Amino acid sequence: MTPFTVLAGRATVLDRANVDTDQIIPARFLRKPRSAGYQNFLFHDVLLQEPDFPVRAGTAAVLVAGANFGCGSSREGAVYALVDGGIRCVIAPSFGDIFAGNAAKNGLLTVVLADAAALLGGADRLTVDLPAQAIICPDGRRFAFDIDAFRKRCLIEGLDDIGLTLQHEAALAAFERGLPSWALLAGSPAP
Amino acid sequence: MSDARTLFDKVWNARVVVAREDGACLLWIDRHLVHEGSFHGFGMLDHSGRRVRRPDLTFAIADHYVPSHSRALPIADPEAAGLVATLRENARRHGIALFGLDDPRQGIVHVTGPEQGLTLPGLTLVCGDSHTSTHGAFGALAFGIGASEVAHVLATQTLWQRRPKTLRVGIEGTPHPHVAAKDLILAVIARIGAAGAVGHVIEYAGPAIRAMGMEARMTICNMSIEAGGRAGMVAPDDTTFAWLAGRPCAPKGAGWDAALAAWKALPSDAGARFDREVTLDAAAIAPTVTWGTSPETALPVTARVPDPDAAEDVARRRQIAEQLAYMGLAAGAPLEGTPIDRVFIGSCTNGRLPDLRAAAAVLKGRRARVPGLVVPGSVAVKRAAEAEGLDRIFTAAGLVWGEPGCSMCVGMNGDLVPPGQRCAATSNRNFVGRQGPGARTHLMSPAMAAAAAVAGAIADVRKIVA
Ligand code: SF4
Repeated sequence: MTPFTVLAGRATVLDRANVDTDQIIPARFLRKPRSAGYQNFLFHDVLLQEPDFPVRAGTAAVLVAGANFGCGSSREGAVYALVDGGIRCVIAPSFGDIFAGNAAKNGLLTVVLADAAALLGGADRLTVDLPAQAIICPDGRRFAFDIDAFRKRCLIEGLDDIGLTLQHEAALAAFERGLPSWALLAGSPAP
Repeated sequence: MSDARTLFDKVWNARVVVAREDGACLLWIDRHLVHEGSFHGFGMLDHSGRRVRRPDLTFAIADHYVPSHSRALPIADPEAAGLVATLRENARRHGIALFGLDDPRQGIVHVTGPEQGLTLPGLTLVCGDSHTSTHGAFGALAFGIGASEVAHVLATQTLWQRRPKTLRVGIEGTPHPHVAAKDLILAVIARIGAAGAVGHVIEYAGPAIRAMGMEARMTICNMSIEAGGRAGMVAPDDTTFAWLAGRPCAPKGAGWDAALAAWKALPSDAGARFDREVTLDAAAIAPTVTWGTSPETALPVTARVPDPDAAEDVARRRQIAEQLAYMGLAAGAPLEGTPIDRVFIGSCTNGRLPDLRAAAAVLKGRRARVPGLVVPGSVAVKRAAEAEGLDRIFTAAGLVWGEPGCSMCVGMNGDLVPPGQRCAATSNRNFVGRQGPGARTHLMSPAMAAAAAVAGAIADVRKIVA
């Protein structure tokens, strides 16, 4: 995973609520291998319908979005499409939970900021300082944001969290041994 | 009582392997279901040279890409065939049980898992699919995960999670006849909004929930994600235990007794505190239909779609206008009587036996005016429905009886709603393009979808069967 520290880049605003993962990447592209160039699927059908749609691959590093961005399915392809399309940070009043988790795993920072679009509407460039937990506008205004400490560390260090988990092997093995027998499988699922 | 705990607290607390100071918890995962879409997760696992830690707790099920018109192999669409083959190959390489295309246990993951007794009260269960919330109907903590998390669970049988907040949704009273679980959950989502439960695990409680069978509870929990919820749960009770007894993978003998003792301690204690509470009266809910492109746009079938000009602010006005334009609806038009082009009855929300019975009860002795597809949620559901003659009711009404899978819920297998067409659907999402580019989806219960088929338009089932 590419580490995320300070990002300065072009920002684009998508001022609508409930942008779901079916819009970010239509279901039919999810069958494509990870190497297929997911930027080509980013908002694929929306762009056909709305030529002026403000988000497309290669035009911005920061996306300022409406509430509940990334709601809907668990498809990580939605994050691949954004990341492959050059977007490294999405700022919104709220996010779909699974989307936000998927984002962090792929080096995409999600920043929760109430009324994001109104605060940042005028700017077309933004600096996102993750270590300092601040969004900085070209006119110098700063907006602080909160982030889960674990997620922050993983993003900054570009950590592989499977490796991190396996450092807890002793605790994990002990837990596994202590599971009640009813929670394990009673029988194999016979056809 | 300060030590009173919720159902969620009890399940969560018993599955924390490591609690870090920064609030992240390493959570043990009791069951992991994988489907064709998990190829990304397996790819990451292979890339890191790791193996599946607990193949005995991992189950592979083909559902998203399987054809619904025929079970004859091979699958005609080469990419879909490739994904089903990849799932089979990943299961074989890692020693995971596979419910493949030709298997009598095959079905939608969220239908098959409970049927096989893989889903049990008090367990944690995950799947790379957002509607994994369905399994919470048994008092399990079940939620959807992305591909990176699939890889993490495959490798470690755990997940890092932060403790979510809790929301209690109490449904009081008794619903009217012809008002189903689907109507109730659509009303809940309309009430709290598509983001209303973000960051929360929902516990559904109250007399209306207690009176429901397991399939109806699954319909309710299934759509928790449409309110933004991390998961949905229902406390296990005698209905749950009776449903589970004798399932292939459920505990047996002394194991069953031990399980039962543990399960009976799971329901939320009196006085347990939730971060939020919402209450609805089931008796006040009418058959419900969505008009827009978010499940939160649910209204009683007797209502009119909104008029953007009546909205309080500019953003809301624009949002309503955009949705009406996509859906091809006039501002303020009545929902009832809106002509439809086709119906879809199925999905992990409403593809179980009681759902098919409810649809068949409306269609019996009647003809559908529009084409439609009825897809059972699993092979077991299909066989049970056929044993009751439900398939003949559907085909006599002019609908197509399909093979189990996700089908037209998401269209990955090629079952798409053509652009501009209006579909009465029992699935869970009416997003722009969900059932195909330009497709217009109205979500409703199986009985309401059957009524729409008979009327050729959105209809009030209470009038059709009166
Ligand atoms: S039926 Fe639809 S919602 Fe359910 S798992 Fe399949 S695609 Fe997802």
